[in-house]
Amino acid sequence: MSHSSPFSGNSSFWKYFQGIKPDRVWVCSVLLLGIVLLGLLAPVITHIEPTTVNLLARSKPPVWYEGGSWYYPLGTDNLGRDMLSRCLYGIRTSFGIATLGLIFSAILGVSIGIIAGLVGGYADELLMFITDVFITIPNLLLLLAGIVLLGTEIWVLIVMIGLIRWEAYARIVRGQVMALRELGFIEASHVLGASRLRIAVAHVLPNLISPLTVILTLSFPSVLLMEAGLSFLGVGVQPPTPSLGRMIGSGRDYLLDAWWMSGMPSIVIVSITLLFQLIGDGLRDKLDVRLDG
Amino acid sequence: MARLAVSGGIVGFISGRIVRAILTMFVVLLISFVVGRLSGTPFEIMFPDGLTVDHQIALEKKFKLDLPMHEQFKLYVTQIFKGDFGRSLHTGEKVWAMYALRMPATLAVGSLALLVAIIIGLPLGALSALYRKNVGVTGALLLVFLGYAVPHFVIGIGLILLFGYVLQILPTTSLDTWRHFVLPTITLAIPMIAVLARFMRAAMLDAIGQDYVSTATSKGLTDADIAKNHIFRNALVPIISVVGLEIAGLLNGTIFVETVFSLPGVGRILIGAVEQRDYPVLQFGLIAYSLIVVTVNLIVDLLYVVADPRIRLGK
Repeated sequence: MSHSSPFSGNSSFWKYFQGIKPDRVWVCSVLLLGIVLLGLLAPVITHIEPTTVNLLARSKPPVWYEGGSWYYPLGTDNLGRDMLSRCLYGIRTSFGIATLGLIFSAILGVSIGIIAGLVGGYADELLMFITDVFITIPNLLLLLAGIVLLGTEIWVLIVMIGLIRWEAYARIVRGQVMALRELGFIEASHVLGASRLRIAVAHVLPNLISPLTVILTLSFPSVLLMEAGLSFLGVGVQPPTPSLGRMIGSGRDYLLDAWWMSGMPSIVIVSITLLFQLIGDGLRDKLDVRLDG
Repeated sequence: MARLAVSGGIVGFISGRIVRAILTMFVVLLISFVVGRLSGTPFEIMFPDGLTVDHQIALEKKFKLDLPMHEQFKLYVTQIFKGDFGRSLHTGEKVWAMYALRMPATLAVGSLALLVAIIIGLPLGALSALYRKNVGVTGALLLVFLGYAVPHFVIGIGLILLFGYVLQILPTTSLDTWRHFVLPTITLAIPMIAVLARFMRAAMLDAIGQDYVSTATSKGLTDADIAKNHIFRNALVPIISVVGLEIAGLLNGTIFVETVFSLPGVGRILIGAVEQRDYPVLQFGLIAYSLIVVTVNLIVDLLYVVADPRIRLGK
């Protein structure tokens, strides 16, 4: 097993680092945190506003190409707007909408799931039916219907994403609650006179923390991609708010001359979703969670 | 699986699924109706300059918008069963005709992608479970993992750049010849290959651990026989329902793929309808797409019965 290294054995410093196995979850989390920080610190990192148009510098290539400059490290789009700044502010938009949408749907789904799991009977049947319906209707069509009704403001996107995603959490939470009920301690506290609310908050919720961590991590990318997808189609986040999806969509017409207009935001989005996927998978193995609710 | 927790054997199972499909479509119609009613009256769009109150009331009477809600819903459903889905608020075209013109392209790309995904995804997942230490299989699985994280529109743009502009070997817009189908089909299939391979792998690993595999081994069957007749066939059963569940995702995907490759499918009608708030057009899309998913799921459930004798025999 011992991997011989010139430093091994004679440096406690080195030994310390050998003790820490930089596993997948850690490395990916640090990288992801880096991306989030890039978004949060956008105003510090770049002084160019994402909406500033410079018609004299249209479709400038990134710095490593001939004709590129450090002033626009990732190049500019067809209106001469800075790609770096637009990507950084785009991270903010995407993370903001996805996080709020996820929180909304998680609160909704977890409450409904716990209720269905604890109450059982008709409440449970109804939940399973609604879940079935939601799985059947293509999500995107529901989102589009909501947008036709309510418009494309950001809060509409958040609410619609929340309303569409909750059933997944409800279903899994219900399954977990049912499994927990078999263990007997819920029945025991019921016998001891605990109220349903107390059982839900004190006994069920803490036991849901690890499966929920995994579910939320694994579903963050799909929530993020909902917003990005709608914006890509032109019916999500509206200009001038910078959005990664919208940038990919509007860069489509310039693929041949300026691939970076679609390419840069694509790379950002894929990095985010891939990191989340890796973290979620790693967490699932680590916490030993089964998600077939 | 929860889906199978039914009593009453084969007849009970199938009739339960049919009732559920009908109820689902009822909910879809209800949602569609609510979308239509909440969008305000169509007159605001038809007469952007405004209306007199008298004129408005007359119009409401003419289109029966003055009836109570449940009466309106009944009317709406009867109209749909008569095949009357209304007209576009903008072009005045019959909604049905708009879709009929463009549905073939969507269905063609969609079913091709489904076929490709099954042909590639299932063997890939099966092989990766049987040959867990093979480098090639692991590599393929890693690629599949990418397919999970990359959305259709990014895959499409990547493929256009690679095959359309760098290599210049495949066309990137419209659907004139078979070569035009290649990139859209692959784009649509990749995420589904990822899902199928992953589930197939899990199902195979699950089947490998079962008692009947040990029995087959102790009977002296060859590895190939066991893999084919005992592991693969048993793993297929849960996969059937995964395919059913993925149909909705596939239909979502067609909208993106049609946008990326400028295909003459229904995706662009839908997006246009959203941009112009042309809700009769969107309502039809909602109903049509849901009907496709419901039908496919029903077929999947029937296949389930055929594939798994435990259901057929009512155990």
